[in-house]
Amino acid sequence: MDALLFGLFATIAVVCGFVMVTQKHPITSALSLVGVMGSLAILYLLLGAPFIAAAQLIVYAGAIMVLFLFVIMLLNAGAEPKPARSSLLAKVIGIPLIIALLGMLSFLIHLTVPPADTMVKFGGNTPGSPEAVGRALFTTYLLPFEVTSVLVLIAILGAVVLARKEMD
Amino acid sequence: MNFYLLSLIKTGLVAFVFLTALAYIQLVERKVIAHVQARIGPNRVGPFGFWQPLVDTIKLLTKEDMLPSHVNKFFYLLAPVLSVATALVGIAVIPFGPEIDVFGVRTRMELTDLNISVLVLLAASGLGVYGIALAGWSSNNKYALLGGLRASAQMISYELPLALAIAAPLLIYNTLSLRTAVEAQQGYYFGFIAKWGIFQMGGLPLLAFIIFMICAFAETNRIPFDLAEAENELVAGFHTEYSSMKFAAFFMAEYANMVNICALATHLFLGGWLPPFPAKFGADFIPFLTFAFLGGMAIFHGVGPGRARDRLWLKLGGAVLVLVGLVHLVPPLQPILVPLFWFLSKTGFLLFFYIWVRATLPRFRYDQLMHFAWGWMFPVSIVNLFAIGLLVALFT
Repeated sequence: MDALLFGLFATIAVVCGFVMVTQKHPITSALSLVGVMGSLAILYLLLGAPFIAAAQLIVYAGAIMVLFLFVIMLLNAGAEPKPARSSLLAKVIGIPLIIALLGMLSFLIHLTVPPADTMVKFGGNTPGSPEAVGRALFTTYLLPFEVTSVLVLIAILGAVVLARKEMD
Repeated sequence: MNFYLLSLIKTGLVAFVFLTALAYIQLVERKVIAHVQARIGPNRVGPFGFWQPLVDTIKLLTKEDMLPSHVNKFFYLLAPVLSVATALVGIAVIPFGPEIDVFGVRTRMELTDLNISVLVLLAASGLGVYGIALAGWSSNNKYALLGGLRASAQMISYELPLALAIAAPLLIYNTLSLRTAVEAQQGYYFGFIAKWGIFQMGGLPLLAFIIFMICAFAETNRIPFDLAEAENELVAGFHTEYSSMKFAAFFMAEYANMVNICALATHLFLGGWLPPFPAKFGADFIPFLTFAFLGGMAIFHGVGPGRARDRLWLKLGGAVLVLVGLVHLVPPLQPILVPLFWFLSKTGFLLFFYIWVRATLPRFRYDQLMHFAWGWMFPVSIVNLFAIGLLVALFT
């Protein structure tokens, strides 16, 4: 059951990601990204992290992507025009280069992260329950958590300064 | 009993009751608003318009399903589905009562108990924005687009104070599961004041409750915050281009969202299915007394002052109400029906409050609405959360 659900939602996530990149229309791309986030949330659920799954849906799908969609609708952005001509070089060696890059990356990950003794077990552990996440955030990762908050605050201040009306 | 079979039975029961209730809330709303405005309301189909929701549904189902030629077809068709799906999913995590025994099967009166029920409800309402925003955009109509934009901006803005207002009682109960939250409200101060959310911590959560209800109005796009479908500016707002069952889907979603948010308020602030005073003062007899009083009133009007054509139905309806009241007195049924009565009556009162406000208040202006969210609700809810956090840290 778990493996079945994993396969289903992993496939949906990958397909949605592919559609997001290939689609010309910004709204379709944005909604495909929502699809990716939704399927990721299910995968988090399968890995025993209900809080992370809910936060993924509430924060990313429910707030951030809605703002994206909002801006796209406000600007009334239509489908992107096809580029007049694409470079021959990119056409010919683009895909081989990407495959080479992915291959190197997976090799590096394989080198640095030793293979675990056991497979990831669905449903067995709950490292992402609300209690566990809260405890981790306010004890082990308190400093990174606070630093991130300051970073977000700085970003908000920057946006406010940029969007402020000119005062004479 | 087999888990799957049990879940199937419960799901079927809840789905049937919930969908019927959604149709009847519409009738209640029309009736209540009519009486507030000194009108009669629907009274042609059946006694007092009792079959009105049924014929409305048949009408909407059999209407021609129009697909305007200028819309973005995929998203135009997706929008009502998204809206209604995210609205209906909420009922799955809402408990209706304590653990009960039915024919020897011990089960909980709810579809599923998650340790993140509250977050699931928030996520569902957050995703519901997509239905409305997409409906407005894909209709390719300026009024619909304006309605969709207004709705999404308003829902994002009010979601913040709403979530902060929810966080306040959750701090006290120390859980995200609605069942545990209700269980944390059991007991009485001095033996008679219920430990409901709004009475705990010296009544401070009452402020959170008020903030929650105001934001709930904005979150469900209801008067006085129904700028998304302001009919004198935007025709019908985001669902201007929709007809037949697709149009009905948006209405179902609106009513389902109202029910979900009222049930959430009941569980977090009003003690869920717990009675307002202890059983030793006769709380278990209140359901019978309520139904008997209502039935008695109906029979009195049926015998005496009612119109001739209503008399038979008033007598019959009154008899049914008294019978329902008597069923609440049967000892083996009491542990099931009495908590259900309290839950439904609290949720029903909040729903009535929604309709009452709709019949009373005018609509806000859009800039007032936004300023109210960011200038008032947001700071007040943060201060409220800090105060309750301080009290929780000091006293528990």
